[in-house]
Amino acid sequence: MTTLMAERHPSDPLFRADRLPHIWCPGCGIGPAMHAYAQALVESGIPLDRHVCVSGIGCSGRVPGYLNIDSYHTTHGRAIPFAMAVALVRPQLEVAVFSGDGDLFAIGGNHFIHAARRNVDLNVICINNFNYGMTGGQVGPTTPMGARATTAPYGNYEQPFSLPYLAAATGAVFVARWTSLHLRQLKQAILRAMKKRGLTFIEVLAPCPVGFGRPNEIGDAMEEMMLYRERCVVDHGAPLAALDIDLRQRDHPIVLGNFVDIERPVFDPLAMRRPAPEVEDHAPLARKEQEG
Amino acid sequence: MKDGPAVLEGQHFLLGDHACAEGALAAGCRFFAGYPITPSTEIAERLAHRLPEVGGIFVQMEDELASMAAIVGASVAGARAMTATSGPGFSLMMENVGLAAMMEVPCVVVNVQRGAPSTGLPTLVAQADVMQARWGSHGDYEIVAYAPASPQECFDLTVRAFNTADQYRIPVFVLADEVVGHMTERVVIPPPDAIPKVERKRPRTAPGGDGFLPFQADDDLVPPMAHAGEGYRVHFTGLTHDERGYPATNAEAHDRLVRRLVEKVRRHAWRIEEYEESQLEDARVVVIAYGSTARSARRAVAVAREEGIRAGLLRPITLWPFPGERVRRLAERVGAVVVPELNMGQIAREVERFTHRPVLGVNHAGGAMLPPEPILDTIREAATR
Amino acid sequence: MRREVRLAGYGGQGIILIGLLLGKAAALHDGKEAVFTQSYGPEARGGASNADVVIADAPVDYPLVTRPDCLVVMFQEAYERHRPGLVEGGLLVLDQDLVRPDPGEGAFHAIPATRLAEGLGKKIVANVVMLGFFTAVSGLVRREAVEAALRSTLAPRLLELNLRAFATGYDYAPHAREAA
Ligand code: SF4
Repeated sequence: MTTLMAERHPSDPLFRADRLPHIWCPGCGIGPAMHAYAQALVESGIPLDRHVCVSGIGCSGRVPGYLNIDSYHTTHGRAIPFAMAVALVRPQLEVAVFSGDGDLFAIGGNHFIHAARRNVDLNVICINNFNYGMTGGQVGPTTPMGARATTAPYGNYEQPFSLPYLAAATGAVFVARWTSLHLRQLKQAILRAMKKRGLTFIEVLAPCPVGFGRPNEIGDAMEEMMLYRERCVVDHGAPLAALDIDLRQRDHPIVLGNFVDIERPVFDPLAMRRPAPEVEDHAPLARKEQEG
Repeated sequence: MKDGPAVLEGQHFLLGDHACAEGALAAGCRFFAGYPITPSTEIAERLAHRLPEVGGIFVQMEDELASMAAIVGASVAGARAMTATSGPGFSLMMENVGLAAMMEVPCVVVNVQRGAPSTGLPTLVAQADVMQARWGSHGDYEIVAYAPASPQECFDLTVRAFNTADQYRIPVFVLADEVVGHMTERVVIPPPDAIPKVERKRPRTAPGGDGFLPFQADDDLVPPMAHAGEGYRVHFTGLTHDERGYPATNAEAHDRLVRRLVEKVRRHAWRIEEYEESQLEDARVVVIAYGSTARSARRAVAVAREEGIRAGLLRPITLWPFPGERVRRLAERVGAVVVPELNMGQIAREVERFTHRPVLGVNHAGGAMLPPEPILDTIREAATR
Repeated sequence: MRREVRLAGYGGQGIILIGLLLGKAAALHDGKEAVFTQSYGPEARGGASNADVVIADAPVDYPLVTRPDCLVVMFQEAYERHRPGLVEGGLLVLDQDLVRPDPGEGAFHAIPATRLAEGLGKKIVANVVMLGFFTAVSGLVRREAVEAALRSTLAPRLLELNLRAFATGYDYAPHAREAA
C-alpha cells in the first residue's frame, strides 16, 4: 500500500497531525467519509471533548486513531459492545462506532443486531466496500453475488446482507445509506444521527480499488466513483426490501437516502426503576415516510 | 431510586456466588455485563437485583465476547466493571482479556470453574481452568488470579481483585470453583470505611496541556489512566503502541511495550502473592492445595497429624502470580510435596518448576469434590519415603 | 464436634429452605460453624430435593455431607435412597404420613408434619413444622437460634405463621433435647 499526504484543511485541528500520513491506499473511500464525520463533529455543536469514536479491526477501524477525540480501536467485531458500555457509563458523551462491513456484520453481526434491538444510544457508521480490504480482498457478508474476491475466485455465491434493511428490521431508529461521493448528504445524515437518541445506522458505500475494484474489473477509484454516480438514485421512501445491491445488472440502481427515522425508547438498564416517561412510542418498525 | 446499601455490612449466611456479587458492590463495582452460565449464574442474578439498587448498571449481553468487551469499555469510561462466567464463557472472553491486557484496562472476571473441556459438566466442580487463566489469550502478558476457598474469601478476594486490577491496570480473575460458588457459609462484611480501596492512578496534569502521555509509565511501570470524556483526547488501541497510544508496529516498540506489560506485574509479584500456611514449621510432608480442594487437604493434614505424620498445608491464595519462591524454600527442607487438584496436574507442574523434583499429584478430572481420603493416602505414602 | 445433616423430600416441600434456615441458625445465631449445600444439576430437577448441612464447633473443612449423622425424610423415595447412608445409631426423623419405614427399622422419630401443617391452615409450612421437630429431637441448634433465623429470612407477612408452625413441630417432641 502506498500512502497519501493529506492536504492542509480547515478541519486539521480535528486530526492528530502527528499521526499523518494515514495508511489508506490512493483512491480509498474511507478518507472522504472520515472527513464528513469530522465536519459533523464540529458542526454538531457538541464540544469535541464529549465525542467518542470506537472501532473494530480493518481499514475503516483505523479512522478513530486519526481523530483528535477520545478514540478506541478495539478487537475485531467488538466495537459495539465496547462502545455500548462507554455510552451507558457516561451518557453525556456522544458515542460513534466507525468501522467496516466485515467487522460490523460478519464477526460482529450478532452485536449489531442486539444493540439495534436494545436501541443503544450509539451512532454506527459503517464503511461498506464489499470486501475485506485490509487483508487483501476476501469475500465478506456484503460482497454482491457474482463478485470476485481472493476467497471467491469463481465469483461470490452467497447472498449478501442489505445493511439498511437489516438495521431497520432489527430496530435502528435512523437508517441511511450514502456513498463517499455524497459527502454533503452524508454529513447531514451524521448530524441527524447525532441529534437522535438510540441506535442510528449509516452505511457509506466506498471504493476499495485494491481489494474490490481491480478484481471486479471496475477499474480504479475514479471509475468506481463514476459507477456510483451513474447507478445511484436518491429515494428516501424506497421500500426497505428493495435496497439490495447487484453490481452485475447495469440497470439495477443503488438506492441512497435517509430511509428510517422513528422514535423508540432508548436503551436504559435502569428504565424499570425510573418513573414512567410521559409519552412512549412502542411502534418499533414504524417508518416515517419522507416525501421528496 | 437508590434504595439498597452498597456495602451489606454485617454477618450473613451467603452463597459463594452471592458473596462474589456483594464483594463487587462493596468494592465500588457499578457495571456488570454477563451471560448466564452455570455455575456462575447466581452472581449475575444477584447483581441484576442489587446493582440498580445502588444506581449501577447491569446488562445481560448476547454472549461472552460482548460481555468482556463491554466491561473493558465501561472501565475506560471510568467505572469499576466486572463479569462472571464459567469455562465455555471464559474461553470466549479470552479475546478481550488480551485487549484489556494490551490497553491496560482494569477489570475483574469471576470464573466459577466446572468440569471441562467443552461443555463438560455444567453443574459439577473442576479446577481445570488454572492454566487457561494464566495463558488463555494469545501472546505474553501477566494477569493476577485469586482462588477463594470459602464464601468469605469470595467476598474478600473479589474486593481485592478490583484493587489489584486498578493498581496495576490489568485484568484480574477470581478463579472460584463450583463447590465454593455453590456453598453457603457465614460471611462477615465489614463497614464501608473498612473495605480496602486502592484508587486507579489518574493523570496529574490538566487536560489540554502537553505534559500527559496516556501510556507513559511511572517508575512502577504503570501509566496513570485518563477516562473517556475527560478532555485528554486519548487513543487506545489493541495494536502495539507507543507512549502516546499511537500504533507503533515495529519490533523495538513491541518489545518495549510487552516487556513493560509483563514486568509491571512480575516486579510487584512479591506484593501481590498471597498464601496461607498451616503446620509447616516442622512439616516433613507439605500439601499444596487451593480452592475447594484445600478444604479436603486441611482435613487430610489434620488426620495425618493425629497419626503422627508431620504434615503441613500451603494454600496459594493467588494462583497467579504463583508463590513459587515460598515453594522453593519449603521444598529444600521437606521430604515430599503432595499436590491434590481437580485436574490432571496443572499446578503440580508449576510446583515442580520450583521444587526441581517430582511431586506426588492427587488428581481427578472433576465432577465431584476431591475427598480427604486419597489425599491422606498419598500423605501416608509420602511419609514412608 | 461435627454433625452432618441431610434433609430430603421432593420439590415444592421447601426442603432447601429449612436446610438454609438450620445452617443459618447455627452459623449466625448459635455461635457455631455451618455449611449448607444442595445438589444441582439434572438430578435436582426431577422430583427429589435434598439439602445438606454440616454443623461444627470449629471451622468446617470438608464441606460436604458423606455419611449423615442425622437424616430427615419427608418422602418415601428419599427414605429409601438416603437411609443406607445414615451412620449407625444416627438420628432418623420422618413424616409418618409420607414415609413408611422398613419393619426392621430401629429407633426413629416420627411426626405427622404435613397433617399438622394442614391443621394450621397451610400445608406448605410442613417443612417448618418438621424443622421445629428436628430442632427439638436433635438438640443440634438452640430453639431461639432457629427462630432468629426465621425472623431474619422470611418476609414479615409469612413470619407469624411460620413461627407457629415451628412451635407446633417443636412442642410435638415429647422431650426436647437441650442444644449444646
Ligand atoms: S485496502 Fe481498500 S479499504 Fe483498505 S485502505 Fe486500501 S482501498 Fe481502502
